[in-house]
Amino acid sequence: MSTSSSASEMLDSEFLGMRCRLIDLAASLDRIDRSDGAPPADPRMAQIRRGLEILAGDAPDRAVRVQLEFSLPYDSNLSPLAPRP
Amino acid sequence: MYFIEPHIHIASRTTDDIQAMARAGCVAVGEPAFWMGYDRSNVGGFYDYFRQLTEWEPKRTANYGIRHFAWMGLNAKEAENVPFAREVIALLPEFLDKPDVLGVGEIGLHKCTKNELATLRELIELALGRDELLLFHTPHLEHKLMGTRMILDLLRADSRVNRDRVWIDHCEEHTIRLVRDEGYWAGLTLYPTTKVTPERAVDMIEIYGPERLLVTSSADWGPSDPLAITALMAAMRRRGHEESLIRRIVYENPLTFMRQCRRFDFTPPQ
Ligand SMILES: [Zn+2]
Repeated sequence: MSTSSSASEMLDSEFLGMRCRLIDLAASLDRIDRSDGAPPADPRMAQIRRGLEILAGDAPDRAVRVQLEFSLPYDSNLSPLAPRP
Repeated sequence: MYFIEPHIHIASRTTDDIQAMARAGCVAVGEPAFWMGYDRSNVGGFYDYFRQLTEWEPKRTANYGIRHFAWMGLNAKEAENVPFAREVIALLPEFLDKPDVLGVGEIGLHKCTKNELATLRELIELALGRDELLLFHTPHLEHKLMGTRMILDLLRADSRVNRDRVWIDHCEEHTIRLVRDEGYWAGLTLYPTTKVTPERAVDMIEIYGPERLLVTSSADWGPSDPLAITALMAAMRRRGHEESLIRRIVYENPLTFMRQCRRFDFTPPQ
């Protein structure tokens, strides 16, 4: 199921919002840079960078892939079905 | 258009919110028991909260023509102390027998610990033993995928589970398919930053279809919007969806799910 809009109609309606969110993100990164001290070697910064790489690519399902980037891996030992030690 | 808000914490909202919901077309709400923002110090705190959900909040919404249904449960954030949790679980049958209680919820996982899982097993046992509807809260943010998969594993192992009668809530792009593929009801939560926006909810409706899908505000004491359903309706209209599909999502689907509760007695306006 999808709407009847063409891709260019969809771009028309999404463009300003996308532009705004991208500038917001750029400004957040700048704000971190301008804060005291060196940019933190924090794994969250690497997650943000990998998220941006997903956006820059052409592959589909970007939202799912960004979500997975921010998810802990599923440890099957934690599964309630795993044999109990 | 009328709508039903199947997941909202009315106890955390003002009467002005209830009035605004009524004016916007809300005719019924579902209120799951949850974490009120602090850990209760004794089992009496839970007893009073369950009374609030079954006695006082229904009166508050009825003043504005909104029918109130509750869910009884123990949230994962207060499930870590298993003996204490057991005392709370012992209170639940008395409340599950009340006429406007839909089932056991919201229950689930938070940090996905062994103790949370132990408490969750007991809650599921209570629900299945009484043939109650089940509402699961899936964890936030980085724990969501892990917690959703643990809940699905737990349910898959129990042959008594009727998947039509189970709602797995707070699904997002990376978990909705897991839930729907196994035949459960999936819930989407419209939160400003931590869950999904109306536009992303419409994306998922377009990708997965309206079958077994519920969309809610889950509005509580944190940043949330009790009128979020109306934002979803507006987003669906903006994207060119038929009124019949909007009605299905915000009205017929919640009714279909809630009607499975043997105590559910509600004549919906047409
Ligand atoms: Zn909730």
